[in-house]
Amino acid sequence: MTVPELKIKDLHVSVEGKSIVKGFDLTIKGGEIHALMGPNGTGKSTVASAIMGHPKYQVTGGSALLEGANLLDMAVDERARAGMFLAMQYPSEVSGVTNAEFLRTAINGRRGEGNEIPLMKFLKTLDKKMDMLEMDQKFAERYVNEGFSGGEKKRNEILQLMMLEPKFAILDEIDSGLDIDALKWVAKGVNSMRSENFGCLIITHYQRLLNYIKPDVVHVMMNGRIVKTGGPELALQLEAEGYDGMKAELGIKDDETVEA
Amino acid sequence: MLTQVQSLPFDKEDLTKFAEQRKEPKWFTEKRLEALALAEKLALPEPEKTRITDWNFTNFNYDTTATSVQTLEELPEQLQKLLGKNEKAGNVLVVRNSRPVYCSLSQELRDKGVIFTDLATAIKEHSDLVQKYYFQVTPMNQHKLTALHAALVNGGAFLYVPRNVTVTVPVQSIYYQDAPSSGLVAHTIIAAEENSQVTYVENYLAAPSVGEGTANLLSEVTVGANARVQFGAVDHFTKDIVTYVNRHAKVARDGNLQWALGQMNDGNTLSENATLLEGDGAACDTKAVSIGSGAQKQNFDNYIRHIGKATVSRLLVRGAQKDAANSIFNARTKIERGASQADGEQTQRVLMLSDEARGDANPILLIDEYDVIAGHAASVGRVDPDQLYYLMSRGIPKEKAEKLIVEGFLKPVVDLLPIEGVRVQLAALIEGKVG
Ligand SMILES: Nc1ncnc2c1ncn2[C@@H]1O[C@H](COP(=O)(O)OP(=O)(O)O)[C@@H](O)[C@H]1O
Ligand SMILES: [Mg+2]
Repeated sequence: MTVPELKIKDLHVSVEGKSIVKGFDLTIKGGEIHALMGPNGTGKSTVASAIMGHPKYQVTGGSALLEGANLLDMAVDERARAGMFLAMQYPSEVSGVTNAEFLRTAINGRRGEGNEIPLMKFLKTLDKKMDMLEMDQKFAERYVNEGFSGGEKKRNEILQLMMLEPKFAILDEIDSGLDIDALKWVAKGVNSMRSENFGCLIITHYQRLLNYIKPDVVHVMMNGRIVKTGGPELALQLEAEGYDGMKAELGIKDDETVEA
Repeated sequence: MLTQVQSLPFDKEDLTKFAEQRKEPKWFTEKRLEALALAEKLALPEPEKTRITDWNFTNFNYDTTATSVQTLEELPEQLQKLLGKNEKAGNVLVVRNSRPVYCSLSQELRDKGVIFTDLATAIKEHSDLVQKYYFQVTPMNQHKLTALHAALVNGGAFLYVPRNVTVTVPVQSIYYQDAPSSGLVAHTIIAAEENSQVTYVENYLAAPSVGEGTANLLSEVTVGANARVQFGAVDHFTKDIVTYVNRHAKVARDGNLQWALGQMNDGNTLSENATLLEGDGAACDTKAVSIGSGAQKQNFDNYIRHIGKATVSRLLVRGAQKDAANSIFNARTKIERGASQADGEQTQRVLMLSDEARGDANPILLIDEYDVIAGHAASVGRVDPDQLYYLMSRGIPKEKAEKLIVEGFLKPVVDLLPIEGVRVQLAALIEGKVG
């Protein structure tokens, strides 16, 4: 079996007519974990939303191939079924729909009619994964994200990741709003996914999460594109010097079309 | 307004003949003829923002027939599925093409003096009692549609619960239309005497074979002092059936009425639901859900009138609109002078799934007394695109995601419906209608 590959080339994205992402290149293979770091407002979430297909984000150029298939030609749900997953920075709430019902519908959506997951098997798996994330069982029966704290929402995103087992996941600031314990549980969940058949892009501000989920590659994004790529030491360097230090080093000026 | 005499597709002679065939008591036939005269001169109601002048309320076959069955097993499977397992135990009326085809009431309830039968039988066997309740809650001359109803009534049910009797098992009526171009004009009387308790559920459904048809339904509910009535309904007529449905109740001192309504018709519908809280301490709780689809036009008017002191009303209405459906939701809470310490609260929410769908929620409070509590909330919104995106990003196709959102939207009301049979049926219908 060949290792899956996500290949993003020269991606350009606009939001409401404003150009935000300007030539973004990234290739991730199964088994790899990449970190994407960068100052606020630089376009990290915009990349993630465009790859997943949020209707507000217009791709004006470039390509995104998942195992050779063009994601950009697919509807949002098709991208997901092709193997993409995005843990969102701001997950929506869905009133009246329980977490368990939501997850089962999503899993069955992937498996297709006639091949639905047996209820007992689903419940057992859900139980196990919730335990790993130290999530109270009652969250299965609560409405999707409704009344969840920031940290509970993030854990719920990881629960979905673990239940859906995609080929590639983008985790957008999964660490924001998490205390140190929750951070460890989330890291444990993500690490449990590690395999040849799973690649991951972790979008984060801080180096902290990367102590728990070791990235193979670290990218720094500024003004809508990747400006530097290195190993885990790059994250440590950023932590020490800050984004301004790196800007100075790379001779990057603030771009007035991108604001924090 | 000018009084116009409109010619109706039936006349005095037709109705007299129709009544004779049915061997009705004289007072009932006289009501028909009195109503016919009213129907000729009264105007149609003018529901806010819904034009009903071209809806067919008069042209249909009202004289349809059906054959009785001895056991429930002989009924079409579609009907059997509607019977709750409790209801199956005994207290069921099945009406097909406006004719009763099956009716049962447990011996235990008979012994307690409970009466449950189709209307035609009731007016023969309990003429005086029916007369005491017929058109006492709803005025026959309210407008053309109530008068048409009284002129053409061809089916219905009569449920009488004597003083101090508690009926623990739900009593259920099922109306099924399948005759081409037929019309159901069903009159229901629920009379719960002082200190009694009963749960009643009515189901309306039709087969596609009806084609263009009409339903004119009128239910009168009398809740005696300290009595408790739960009234559940699931309406599900096909898309070419025009429905006028009027459910009207009055509640005496310390009486309690709960409406649990699933208004799931596929055709144009005008619904009037009204409750008069007459006695001190009377209370009413209304929960209603609906889904509009296709090019359907619907108008739902919920009216609660507080007359007695310390009367309490709660109203929770949710409607989802798909496709090019257009629905108007009115909630009117009226607190009369003298109804001190009345407490009325209403909430209406409308969710629209498409750009072509239209929905309107109008909260109306009319208050003539100082010492009261009254509240209202109304909202009309579209499906949140971020919510849809979120669900789809997990691999759920758009239609399925919309379905989850609508089910979730209606669920808080469905879950609170006090009658299990209605809850179960509705969940299945919602699933079918949104899918
Ligand atoms: N939905 C949106 N509507 C309007 N502007 C947006 C939207 N999403 C992002 N932007 C703009 O795009 C730029 C990049 O934002 P974002 O991708 O969220 O950055 P990051 O995730 O790196 O902090 C910002 O200027 C932001 O204001
Ligand atoms: Mg962001």
